[in-house]
Amino acid sequence: MRKSSFRLVAAAAAIALAVTGCSSSGGDAANTDKEFEIFTWWASGGEAAGLQGMIDTYKAQNPDTEFINAAVAGGAGVNAKAVLQSRLDANEPPDSFQAHAGMELDGYVRGGQLEDLTSLYQSEGWDKIFPADLIRTLTVDGKIYSVPVNIHRANVLWWNPGAATKAGITKAPETLDEFFADLEKFKKAGITGLALAGKGDWAIAHLLDWMLLASMGPEKFEGLYNGSTSWTGPEVAAGIKNFQKALSYGNKGAGNLDWPDAGKLVTDGKAGFFIMGDWASAQWQSDGLKLGTDYTYAAAPGTVGVYQWLSDSFVLPVGAPHRNAAIAWLKVCGSKEGQDAFNPKKGSISARTDSDLSLYDDYLKSAAADWKKDRLVGSTVHGVMGNNALMAAYNAAVGKYFSGGFKDNAGLAKNLAAAYEAGKA
Amino acid sequence: MSKAVRNKRSLSARVGGLFFVLPSIITVIIFVYGLIVWSINVSLTNQNSGAKKEIEYVGLKNYTDLLVDERFTHSLLNLVKFTVVFILGALITGFIMALLLEKGIKGEGFFRSFYLYPMAISFIAMGTVFNWLLNSARDEEAGGLNLALQKIGLGFLQNDWYVSEKGAMYAMALPAIWQMSGYVLALFLAGFRGIPDDLREAARVDGASESQIYRHVLFPQLTPTLLTVLIILGHISMKAFDLIIGINGKSYVTQVVAVYMWEATFDKRDYAKGTAIAIVLLIMIAIVVVPYLRYNNKQQAYR
Repeated sequence: MRKSSFRLVAAAAAIALAVTGCSSSGGDAANTDKEFEIFTWWASGGEAAGLQGMIDTYKAQNPDTEFINAAVAGGAGVNAKAVLQSRLDANEPPDSFQAHAGMELDGYVRGGQLEDLTSLYQSEGWDKIFPADLIRTLTVDGKIYSVPVNIHRANVLWWNPGAATKAGITKAPETLDEFFADLEKFKKAGITGLALAGKGDWAIAHLLDWMLLASMGPEKFEGLYNGSTSWTGPEVAAGIKNFQKALSYGNKGAGNLDWPDAGKLVTDGKAGFFIMGDWASAQWQSDGLKLGTDYTYAAAPGTVGVYQWLSDSFVLPVGAPHRNAAIAWLKVCGSKEGQDAFNPKKGSISARTDSDLSLYDDYLKSAAADWKKDRLVGSTVHGVMGNNALMAAYNAAVGKYFSGGFKDNAGLAKNLAAAYEAGKA
Repeated sequence: MSKAVRNKRSLSARVGGLFFVLPSIITVIIFVYGLIVWSINVSLTNQNSGAKKEIEYVGLKNYTDLLVDERFTHSLLNLVKFTVVFILGALITGFIMALLLEKGIKGEGFFRSFYLYPMAISFIAMGTVFNWLLNSARDEEAGGLNLALQKIGLGFLQNDWYVSEKGAMYAMALPAIWQMSGYVLALFLAGFRGIPDDLREAARVDGASESQIYRHVLFPQLTPTLLTVLIILGHISMKAFDLIIGINGKSYVTQVVAVYMWEATFDKRDYAKGTAIAIVLLIMIAIVVVPYLRYNNKQQAYR
């Protein structure tokens, strides 16, 4: 029944276009669509509140268009992504959908399922207002396929000031050497050095992603994904060795924990350091914890001056039935107004360099300042550097290594190399 | 009433009946058998990524690739471990409980539903709870079963549960056993009740002891029940997905075939591989179920 109703809507849209003689290739036609269907899984908490802010902006500009969130309306819940997938494959796309910016879109791009948005970047001035590193990473063969609405930072070191004082640590470690020295201090003080979350493998993969970046620097790291750095070479081997050493300071029973559980070890003072993306701060704020007393932050050791980012973005599928409504939405997504409505609530920063910082909390203010001056590098496990196939294989490789007691370094390097190959296939 | 009239009537009744079941027959043909054929078709092609546009047939390549795919053999081995422990565990606990109830204790009805209730809980809800119970932290940090073991003085039994590479699938079988043993109990109890009392009395008259009655008279009569139990547990086990996802997500260490199939299909968008895994799983289940269905049909024809 769903299917037939999509057909109906598509047919109706086609007739409407034919009758009004409106050409669908005109990029900037005014939005006269009656509805706009989107897939987004921001359904609760700060994410939903932020999304609502953007929707309000959209509705103010497009009062005649009804906003339909198919991921919620369809009741598909966790299956939303699979439903989206099947609709794209059946050439019945929604008008826009949410996906991580970067290589996560690779499958859609190669399948010819997304429209090139480069002209929109030019007409809206985004090519000037987004950082050049970001534009460079988003560009695939000269084309940009998505509009980032927010930026999260992956390489953040979170720590508990109280526990650090107890262990005799007064400032955040800036290099890997200082990091390991501090882990040793935590150990002597009887505190777990590093909080780990093994469930679902990705949080451990997140740790490895940072460690590889910290061990080899941004150029070599990016080389891993363009073929100029070998996955089985000495740089990766050294990175894995550091990774192994860091894991040995981890908490027991990490395999059961999801990242909020591991984060709680830090905010409770039971563990020293935690490497996690900055959504952790948003979570803790909503739990009523205070930045500065319950937890504090620094750029992850070895990556000071490097901003490892990930981003949620919206796209324009080829054949979107309400294309003009979708373009109007993408304009809101990329606008200062839209991003500043969304991000303070979501707990992320605006991808734009001109956002109104007075709306953001202290952590986000400092992140936004770094965003403007740091070297920007994409995250692997959150879809910037690796596509879905690469990420699935990468996580499994790390999961295998971790559950096997983190002994087989050569095996991990081999499996990571295979994951990179899987991404190219 | 002449014979011809009766035949005619039964014919029209049959046609009417056919009309009633026709919708379900059609939907089953399309959505079960049709999609099986469709899946087989996809599994023989090179649709190894969502981006593939020129689709070609590659024969059994996707299947032979599975044989050398370490991820697949890992998930298959995990499934075998899980199945063996789960079936044996549920069978033994369920059978022992049935035996105890069969002896006629007070409040049998209460115990029957008491042990059957776990079945009413969804695997996902149960997975969340067992995730807490099977906490791998030990000693002073312990929680869940490890803590319980300490409290009753069996601290040396604390272990990593599903987190360790070796024991993961055995630990995963625990919640499944907990849930399904009540069902096994009910099946066996029904089996015991289905045996006519005359047989026991006859055996007693012939001077058989109580244990001899069980061994030589009652147990052989339970063979069909045992077969039913094995089939039901076997196919539940092979399809294991929600329990695993509920407890440990898609983590590598506890990945089984159905979870890997999901990952291949929806994460990697390797449709050819995903369908190939699905067909392998279908064949495995068919090997278990089909002989049973044939056996059952024969039994029915017998009556």
